[in-house]
Amino acid sequence: MDKNREKNLQLPLNITSKDIGYDVITRSNVNYNTCYHCRCCASGCPFVHAMDYAPHGIIRLLQLRLYEQALKSSTIWLCVGCNTCSSVCPMSIDMSAIMDALRQIALEQNIKVAQPSTLKFHTEVLNSIQRYGRTHKLEIMLRYKVKTMDFFSDMDVGIKMLTKRKLDLMPSKINDMEAIKKIFKPEE
Amino acid sequence: MDKKLIEISYFPGCSLATSAKENNISLIKFCRSIGYELIELEDWNCCGSSSAHSIDSKTAFGLASRNLSLALPDRPLLAACPSCLLRLQQTHLHLSNNSDLQNDYKKMWGKQFNKDLKIIHFFEMLSNINLPAFIDNVEIDNKNGKSKTPLKKLPLENISFVPYYGCMLARPPEMNKMPNYHGLIEKILSSLGAKSYLWSYSSRCCGTFLSASRPDIVTPIVNGIMGQALESGADCIVTACAMCHLNLEIRCSIKNPIPTLHFSEILSLAMGIKDYKGWFKRHIVDPLPMLKSKGII
Repeated sequence: MDKNREKNLQLPLNITSKDIGYDVITRSNVNYNTCYHCRCCASGCPFVHAMDYAPHGIIRLLQLRLYEQALKSSTIWLCVGCNTCSSVCPMSIDMSAIMDALRQIALEQNIKVAQPSTLKFHTEVLNSIQRYGRTHKLEIMLRYKVKTMDFFSDMDVGIKMLTKRKLDLMPSKINDMEAIKKIFKPEE
Repeated sequence: MDKKLIEISYFPGCSLATSAKENNISLIKFCRSIGYELIELEDWNCCGSSSAHSIDSKTAFGLASRNLSLALPDRPLLAACPSCLLRLQQTHLHLSNNSDLQNDYKKMWGKQFNKDLKIIHFFEMLSNINLPAFIDNVEIDNKNGKSKTPLKKLPLENISFVPYYGCMLARPPEMNKMPNYHGLIEKILSSLGAKSYLWSYSSRCCGTFLSASRPDIVTPIVNGIMGQALESGADCIVTACAMCHLNLEIRCSIKNPIPTLHFSEILSLAMGIKDYKGWFKRHIVDPLPMLKSKGII
């Protein structure tokens, strides 16, 4: 999609265009080899305690060309892209873009997803957008519950949200659904 | 005020359109009270949220770019949700720097990409406005339009708050030189008489969508934020993000949390807008007792 990006990137010497690392760099437009592991990202990350590798650890795996470990990590699915790490990074590495690239490569290569619940949630959100052009939260949560076979956790939260009318019963659908079709199937 | 309102395109986004309607209504009313009419972008679609860019960059680009294509050329586009704003601004930036993407855009939406479209946050609109000048009980110095001596007291006197920005001020490196509005909530609310307290959690991410898929991770994070807010001694948390508001309300398991107000709600209260009862009914932690005890309403 983005041809200019490739030209502007200085590729690290140790990777070829067949490497997953090359794919990560061209998709994210980030040369992760500039990371020198100061760990500022890890100390700022609100979710680091739940991750199997800290954010800079994922970069280390990429630098060492241990791509599979990075793609199988829980980190790429627990990162929410809050950009806290990138804003403190002395090398201005766009961590969120690296995580997006890794997630998408992992899906394309059918790598086992370490946090299936998060993927299920994302999929339901996109399905909802595809159906209505907007998100319908109640339906997303119900379908997500069915998919994860977890019907009883969070009942209290769901009831609270319903009584406070935070969950609309009916979806809000846009008029130009043809446009949404075009977005989801651009080749047709 | 009989002055004609200035029209601005408005992108509410899914949260403000549904789960945070109180944020939406109070924002529209507040903007009207300071001379701006928010005109909802016709037939807008979801910006793609966190999910689209997480698993499908092409779809994320398509969703955000359609919204850009709907914007009218003669006025700025205001997004109220920080996440929508980031998606729209970042897509606009990528389009501006890439002629191939501009061609894709033209093929998809049948019109030229508008590089000059200004996409702004509510903060940008507020940053140059002297709010006390809009309040009836403040005497205005006509020469420079600045507020002079308040006749009575400022509308938010007696109330204290901690500002909560969440991750909205953190942006990817390619955008981090754009104007930053850190401190704006404090500046604006202080000018209306409220007292802001310092704390260390103002920019801590609320957990966003992990609240749905991993509540076990988000609950301790939210409790940490609420615990600090309680310790600060403030009367309430003020946030400018609907997602943060929701997470602070639904994922807090601490007893007796302080209420969280949308920035637009407290601003509307300050401007004397009266139909707040419907907004606060939608809060899980009812702010009415606190606001009454402080004499705000």
